[in-house]
Amino acid sequence: MSLEVTLEFSGGAELLFDKIKSRVVALPVPRPDGAKWTIRAFLVWIRDNLLKERPELFLQGDTIRPGILVLVNDQDWELIGELDYELEAKDTILFISTLHGG
Amino acid sequence: MTASATRAARIHALQDEIGSLKALLAAKEAALAREVALVEQDHEDNQDEVDATAAATERLNKNDVARFSRHLLMEEIGVTGQLKLKHCRILVVGAGGLGSPALLYLAAAGVGTLGVVDYDVVDLNNLQRQVLHSETRIGIPKVTSAAIGIAQINSACQVRTFNCALTRENALDIVQNFDIVLDASDNPATRYLINDACVLLDRPLVSGSALRMEGQLTTYHINGGPCYRCIFPAPPVATTVTNCSDGGVLGAVTGIIGVLQALEAVKIAVGLPAAFAQQLLLFDGTLGKFRSFKLRNRRPDCAVCGDQPTITRDLIDYEAFCGSAACDKTPSLKLLSPDERISCKDAEKLLRAATSTNPLLIDVRPRLQFNICSLPQFINIPYAPPNTQDADFIASVQELLTRRESAGLPTRPEVVLVCRRGNDSQLAARLLKSTLGLDQVVDIAGGLEEWSRCVDPDLPMY
Ligand SMILES: [Zn+2]
Repeated sequence: MSLEVTLEFSGGAELLFDKIKSRVVALPVPRPDGAKWTIRAFLVWIRDNLLKERPELFLQGDTIRPGILVLVNDQDWELIGELDYELEAKDTILFISTLHGG
Repeated sequence: MTASATRAARIHALQDEIGSLKALLAAKEAALAREVALVEQDHEDNQDEVDATAAATERLNKNDVARFSRHLLMEEIGVTGQLKLKHCRILVVGAGGLGSPALLYLAAAGVGTLGVVDYDVVDLNNLQRQVLHSETRIGIPKVTSAAIGIAQINSACQVRTFNCALTRENALDIVQNFDIVLDASDNPATRYLINDACVLLDRPLVSGSALRMEGQLTTYHINGGPCYRCIFPAPPVATTVTNCSDGGVLGAVTGIIGVLQALEAVKIAVGLPAAFAQQLLLFDGTLGKFRSFKLRNRRPDCAVCGDQPTITRDLIDYEAFCGSAACDKTPSLKLLSPDERISCKDAEKLLRAATSTNPLLIDVRPRLQFNICSLPQFINIPYAPPNTQDADFIASVQELLTRRESAGLPTRPEVVLVCRRGNDSQLAARLLKSTLGLDQVVDIAGGLEEWSRCVDPDLPMY
């Protein structure tokens, strides 16, 4: 069994992930500890499975680093519970690195 | 170029510049004459219609009707909207890639007063995207060039130029003279400063940004929605910020975002709903796709627009807050001690003797930059964190060492590293020392930019 979600990167965040802007990932369910796939757990999974080097460019502590916006199904994650949001099948999670150039 | 040719080019540039300034003067004089004529006309009207004094200024003259007819025919704008534009004052911070197209469209649309803030002068490398400037205006302040460009499109537009950086000291004084603000700046410190000034003075902020093939756009502090700080309470770590001078940007991408900023400002000015309030617009130039996302609400605990704000009219030290300067220039790193680096002059001597000493010469810039220009004898092994992995770089250097070894060259050679500015080369030197046990590693201080200043002025700089 697995939970399939779409993982997207934009604004340069994709450079940390082999420049792949969109991919479907399959998360194992149930999780070994029986807990739900919250975004908090998903970030750890991303760090352990997809980030090769310099996790500090993506994460700060157990959350996302300043300057990266998280959007779940086209909504700011702040509107739906941030780290505690529980992923559902077919969710799209987009990480946008904010641009400052002009 | 010979000295006389250089001088001739300079004379030519000055003649062009004087020509442009004369054109600006003529346009301003024409605008003044028109305004004076209108005052006289109003005066006559007032005498004809003694009761209609207020209405006399509230109409479009024949010229305006002809010029803005395509607006006047639209339900969304019409005469009322055009008059609102005429009385609107819009400030654009940054006359660069975003500010140029925004200013062009705002001036053409009939915005009565445009303010332009920029501390920089026009440079040749601006012209690829900063379409308000021109070859003849290279070297003059961007705000002056912008005023000339605007006058050529719409001489009736009043331009207020601020040839300085926006700072904690001047921001409120400048912003308070305008109704709407466009953030067309290029660095986080300035973006926080503009946001705070707009919140404190209660001005809507149309904020755009662009890099490489992508652009982003949001309108902040409007209709009770969030401000920039609500979305980004903490600044990004300085090393994670890529500016256009390092990452590049496609001119048409800044054009699209800048024009969208102008559109949003025009709509706010005429009283139409702001499309990008509490929305993030993402433009992906590679895919040719626009996407739009709903952002969070205003945060009651926001430091500037919250219920108990901590940022007041004194503002704060934005460079300290962001840990980076309020410009898009890349700061110099000081990682290595002076004896771990060599100057360009010493490097030149070392390279001349290189045929006998066989040092390992590595240029760590990204391949695209290496393709623009490079020093002879240098091999390109890119190392540009965060876009390259440490392991890849080490493996490539190791492979090179192995190949040299089988060719009978020393296994632990002297290594000379170079990059564009002498930052990444320091990081690479540190990495090679700690992982491959190479002890004779130096980098060229100041990189190729310094090389082009001190050794070879013909080396193209980008
Ligand atoms: Zn706020």
